[in-house]
Amino acid sequence: MTDRLSIGVGRSAAPAISQDILALVLIPLIGAIGFVLFPDDLAFLTRLISLTLLVLSLDLVTGYCGIDTIGHSAIFGVSAYVAGNACLAGLTDPVALLIVGAVSGAAAGLASGALVARFSGLPQLVLSIAIGQLTAALANKLSSLTGGSDGLSGIEPGRVFGVFAFDLYGRTGYIFSVVVLTIVFVILRRLVNSPFGLLCRAIKDDSLRARMIGARIYPRLVIMYGFSGVVAGIGGAIMAINTGVVGLDSVSFEQSAEALVMLVVGGAGTLWGGLFGSLVFQLFQHYVSAANPFHWLIMLGLLLIAIVLFAPRGLAPLVGSLAQRTVRLAWRRS
Amino acid sequence: MAKTILGIGLDAISYGMVLFIISIGLSIMMGLMRVVNLAHGAFAMIGGYLASYALRSIGLSYPVAIIVAVLGTIVIAMPFEILLYRRIYRKSDALAQILLTIGITFLIIGLANFIFGPTSKPIPLPASLSGPYDLGFKVIPANRLFVMACGVCTALLLWLLVDRTEFGIRLRAAVDNGDMAEALGIKTQIIFSVTFALAVGLAAFGGVVGAELLPIEPYYALRYMVTFLVVVSVGGSGSILGALAASMILGLVDTTGKYLAPEYGEFFFYLLVIGIVFVFPNGLLGRSH
Amino acid sequence: MTELLQLKAITKSFGGLRVSDDISFNLRGGDRVALIGPNGAGKTTLVNIISGDLTPSSGTIFLNGEDVTHLSIPGRVGAGLVRTFQVTRLFSSLTAAQNVAIAVMQKRGLTKQLFSNPVNHPDVRREWEGILGLLGIAHLSELRVSNLAYGQQRLLDLAIGLALEPKVLLLDEPAAGVPSDESPKIIEAINRLPSHIAVLMIEHDMDLVFRFAQRVLVLANGRLIFEGTPAEVTGNPEVRRAYLGKYEDARRAS
Repeated sequence: MTDRLSIGVGRSAAPAISQDILALVLIPLIGAIGFVLFPDDLAFLTRLISLTLLVLSLDLVTGYCGIDTIGHSAIFGVSAYVAGNACLAGLTDPVALLIVGAVSGAAAGLASGALVARFSGLPQLVLSIAIGQLTAALANKLSSLTGGSDGLSGIEPGRVFGVFAFDLYGRTGYIFSVVVLTIVFVILRRLVNSPFGLLCRAIKDDSLRARMIGARIYPRLVIMYGFSGVVAGIGGAIMAINTGVVGLDSVSFEQSAEALVMLVVGGAGTLWGGLFGSLVFQLFQHYVSAANPFHWLIMLGLLLIAIVLFAPRGLAPLVGSLAQRTVRLAWRRS
Repeated sequence: MAKTILGIGLDAISYGMVLFIISIGLSIMMGLMRVVNLAHGAFAMIGGYLASYALRSIGLSYPVAIIVAVLGTIVIAMPFEILLYRRIYRKSDALAQILLTIGITFLIIGLANFIFGPTSKPIPLPASLSGPYDLGFKVIPANRLFVMACGVCTALLLWLLVDRTEFGIRLRAAVDNGDMAEALGIKTQIIFSVTFALAVGLAAFGGVVGAELLPIEPYYALRYMVTFLVVVSVGGSGSILGALAASMILGLVDTTGKYLAPEYGEFFFYLLVIGIVFVFPNGLLGRSH
Repeated sequence: MTELLQLKAITKSFGGLRVSDDISFNLRGGDRVALIGPNGAGKTTLVNIISGDLTPSSGTIFLNGEDVTHLSIPGRVGAGLVRTFQVTRLFSSLTAAQNVAIAVMQKRGLTKQLFSNPVNHPDVRREWEGILGLLGIAHLSELRVSNLAYGQQRLLDLAIGLALEPKVLLLDEPAAGVPSDESPKIIEAINRLPSHIAVLMIEHDMDLVFRFAQRVLVLANGRLIFEGTPAEVTGNPEVRRAYLGKYEDARRAS
């Protein structure tokens, strides 16, 4: 069975483009469904989108480069704080704030990558965790910049393009976020299917072999970390300007671990898996965890165990093949 | 001033000893089975819960409660070993190991809350260990002394086990070259299972004696998940001396940092970790695999 | 013809153990050289030194007149020095075509590109299709590595090597582990290698050595003990002694 989500090589370029079109259609469509189904919960959905960007940024380094990290949220959180501070300082244009988030994310990403990509295996993992925790401790200490344990608040963005104001119901914020997610997703698809992206996947498969074809591993990984940082930074900015607050949870180990879980539940290394995993995980979490957080933990624990044992490539490929089979059955019937 | 230094020092050493007792099992497991076990803290927590229950609900004595906690935790943990851990031994897919053990941790946290509730469970100390202890030239809390003694005994007994016994020889052979050991007739799966039991038992022991410093509540497993992993990584997996050194150094830095600059939290702890991992990627006394 | 590869007095010691002892030889364009010797002679160590996986304790390596003794592996690959491994190493999540394409793009510096459509670019495509065709595995281009037979994987390994446009190709036991029904394909592939490149091959299979090599280097105990044609090698007493050891001497004495 061919993997529908793999790059078409011998085939024409059509499948790759059709996936871009799929993204351009599907994501706004899901966004619209969300808008209609949960008109009072748009704030939650917007936060869901910002965390989806974090998960996608993690996919770039973990799913496509094979880097094991549980400290990625630090990049997200730092960018959220920077964007938040920029807004409080007077820069209220939402698009400008996105750029601020992207740039600070890139810087934080490059800095993290420079350290984390130096190693592999256990040292890499521990280093990533330590950097994340260090950032969290700093965020707590530098309360003048971060508000400490109370967090940064009162972030009020201006009008989008000078026209659309951020309303109380979160409608403008939500639509803004859906558009940003769509654009970022399509750009990321181009990135991972580019020669650069293919080389990163080769490095993930066998870094020694990649050296043997003349690739210099370390710089490549750091650059990918930079791109990942941009995406995480945009996510952080979106969170800051939409929720109006930035708290210590945005740089926490817990959020980094959660992002990794969301990624793996969906399936790392395809971008679609990260999107799907983030969506499904957060929706379930919203309803189950609100009822009883500990029951949620039991369910989540069992789910993780089941996925590692029975569906190591995540749930998205399973859903994908199920969808394929249904479409084929429907086609045959007609 | 002198009192503060002694006070900090005692707290640091006790904390370091607790870290050592809990982490050394993880270190041996990681050295032998190459498993990144993020659920190790969860087993320490189970030990704490069992001891607390034994002491407060059943009314057993402190030594018996410790035995119940250690054996009980091993009994609870073995099904995990048989059904789950065996599938990820010595596999290089670290991501699978991370996620499986995170999943086990979440499961245990959820169940702990379900059974015992969300509040922290104290482990009441016997009278002999609660008050002050007179060393002659100084009076220090008996509990601190007890913890330190436990740590030293653990280190000595482990060293004897690994260096002087038949089991220890097989263990070291299996760590050095698992395939070769198998070829020589050493049944590595049995060694793995025994080592797992040892690791979990030590964790439970540490969870019980360390309950003053690391209170037992459902999120214990998540709160200290990183700490034990870091100690093992800094010390070098598979090294008893390394784990001891790492526990002491990290315990000292963390405790001192929290006394002198509490607003910085665990900043200095993690700064040191980053520094050490950078210079010694395989730990202070570890070897590359 | 110019010397493509020059080894001068290469020596490698691990502690007190000398695994490579004062080895010197040259390779020219078009050379087909087999490196043989008893087990433990240091053949793989020598290839590792040439490829850059190991640095020599002393001696120099020249590639196309340039001193590469301390050049990194990616640097040597860029300069045209390519090796394959005894144990096949491929990019397991990529297809056969992608495996070759990535090497082509890396060689041409295309892997810095971020947004273009890579593997189907006409130049790149022509290149990988050509190489896969040369080695007889063009029909496997869409398959994942895990779906290839071992012999086909060896050929793919060779294809990646060719995609890097080598001037000197080091083959470490290319037919090792390949089932006998597949080894003719490997031999055929080796015979079809571009005529301008120099090929150095470690082999144990003397049949293969005879069919492939115009020159043979014999290594024993880290020293180069003989250099000559395949026919000369079998008759040489020193070579015989190296392989048979004291047995020969014992026989002669009795």
